[in-house]
Amino acid sequence: MGRAWCYGDSVDTDVIIPARYLTTTDPAELAEHALEDLDAGFASAVQAGDFVVAGSNFGCGSSREHAPVALKGAGVGAVVARSFARIFFRNAINTGLVIVTCPELVDVTDSGDEIEVDLAKGVASNVTKNQSFQPEPLPDFILEIVECGGLVEWVKRRTNAA
Amino acid sequence: MGQTITEKILARHSGRDEVRPGDIVMCRVDLAMANDVTAPAAADAFARMDVATVWDRSKIALVASHFAPAKDIASANLMTRMRSFALEHDIEHLFEVGRGGIEHILLPEEALTLPGDVVIGADSHSCTYGALGCFSTGVGSTDLAAVMATGEIWLRVPESLRVVYSGAPPPWIVGKDLILSVIAAIGDDGARYMAMEHTGDTLGYLSMDSRLTLTNMAIEAGAKSGIIAPDQTTFDYVSSRQAAVGRHRDWPTLASDSDAAYASEVRIDAASLEPMVARPSLPSRAVPVGEIEPVRVDQVFIGSCTNARIEDLRIAAHVLGDERIAPHVRLMVIPATQRVWQQANAEGLLDLFAGAGASVSTPTCGACLGAHMGVLGPDEVCVSTSNRNYVGRMGHPSAQVYLANPAVAMASAVAGAVAHPAEIRPDAPNLVPELVVG
Ligand code: SF4
Repeated sequence: MGRAWCYGDSVDTDVIIPARYLTTTDPAELAEHALEDLDAGFASAVQAGDFVVAGSNFGCGSSREHAPVALKGAGVGAVVARSFARIFFRNAINTGLVIVTCPELVDVTDSGDEIEVDLAKGVASNVTKNQSFQPEPLPDFILEIVECGGLVEWVKRRTNAA
Repeated sequence: MGQTITEKILARHSGRDEVRPGDIVMCRVDLAMANDVTAPAAADAFARMDVATVWDRSKIALVASHFAPAKDIASANLMTRMRSFALEHDIEHLFEVGRGGIEHILLPEEALTLPGDVVIGADSHSCTYGALGCFSTGVGSTDLAAVMATGEIWLRVPESLRVVYSGAPPPWIVGKDLILSVIAAIGDDGARYMAMEHTGDTLGYLSMDSRLTLTNMAIEAGAKSGIIAPDQTTFDYVSSRQAAVGRHRDWPTLASDSDAAYASEVRIDAASLEPMVARPSLPSRAVPVGEIEPVRVDQVFIGSCTNARIEDLRIAAHVLGDERIAPHVRLMVIPATQRVWQQANAEGLLDLFAGAGASVSTPTCGACLGAHMGVLGPDEVCVSTSNRNYVGRMGHPSAQVYLANPAVAMASAVAGAVAHPAEIRPDAPNLVPELVVG
């Protein structure tokens, strides 16, 4: 369970992690600046297991993998959004940041609400509002990558099997 | 039922007769690209994949573009990591500063991206190459590492969105105005996950430079790719580039079937367009320049993979003529590649810009991503020929960026406020599209 940090539509990767910090790939360093240009208080106050809850097209813009890495480094338990931009979606799967597509949960959630996500059971809940929903399931192929723990392990498994 | 050009390319690369939107396919890749921001992380992920070496040293391009020439020690380190990866795996195409430029303008010039190819780039604007009739899309570093390891990538076959442009573009209208109109019409995620296929008789009037701007900004509407079926313009461009760089590879002429299925369609009446300007801080906030409120401008940036080709610089020079940059404006002109720089220099354009009070630099992404060479301070206003005006994109989060074509950008630099080019120069230029430098 964690608190919700709510934002709007089209949260782009430039505000998730501005280009001025792209000279590092260190998750801890990136995490210090996560969402800095959108919400200057986020990085210092976010706690491990908190949730970013956002509108549509989350993660649009640049292909920087630093964006999911910064959020994961900041301890974000999952990003719950109405929809995700496609490169961010791939990058999150590949680097192991949990992403949940669940417009209904986004609709009822306010900042500070307690959120719980159980992907195995396919349930995303707003505990504060006492409402539960079914997030959009991931295609089997993508689940395979998630179950491997990311793309690196998936490639290893494939190349070793070949 | 017929197939779109995108479906045909993906089918050919995944060993199938046909594919349908929603299918997940493993595709063979013809070219993989990374830059100084994404290559180091790709090299790290590659190292963790436990493969001996890259799948094909001749099909990988690594380009120093974003922070090049190194702006500080940290960015010098990034380029060192990219360089050492290239050396370790004997990568054939490593483009250093002074011999390269911005990847999305460079690779077509180098004849490395051809019609019918599948191109995967660790940069979101990798959709640009689709102007040549290839499937090309952007990914992150780990995806790119997997391509370098295996030569393949998993892709979900996208639905296609058809954009139909009709009519001859009026004076001053270039690819930038067309694509800003599309994004304004469908919104920032109006093409999310889709292939944006540009069609219609208007394309016959567009140079390859202008077409590359159309496909460049597919991602600003959330698209996976942008594509234009090859025609005579493509053929002329590709053969002249292949001859110029001495790099030859056969390519197929593919087109969408007349009964191919599209998820949706957008119609743009090109003949009635005005130059478009996108207000801060989303590309979809584009309106005709005439509707823009009076805005005093601090900086104008003519550069980026969107609009820093030779055609763009010629247009800007035509608007400038013998005028000078307004005293309170800083104009940064950054040609996109070394070839564009040399061509512009040979035509006297760089001298013209410099003489009028502009700063002209070596090719780099630079100011486009607020990295260096023109970072904006608090509340500053910039007119930029680039593709993104997001909060903080070019510097301080309170800076305001307006996106426009090169003619509007130069007119704004001269007027000191957002301006229609006709306010500075009554006649639009006659464009000679080809890039002559080999
Ligand atoms: S010019 Fe700008 S948009 Fe294009 S590749 Fe460089 S940073 Fe990205």
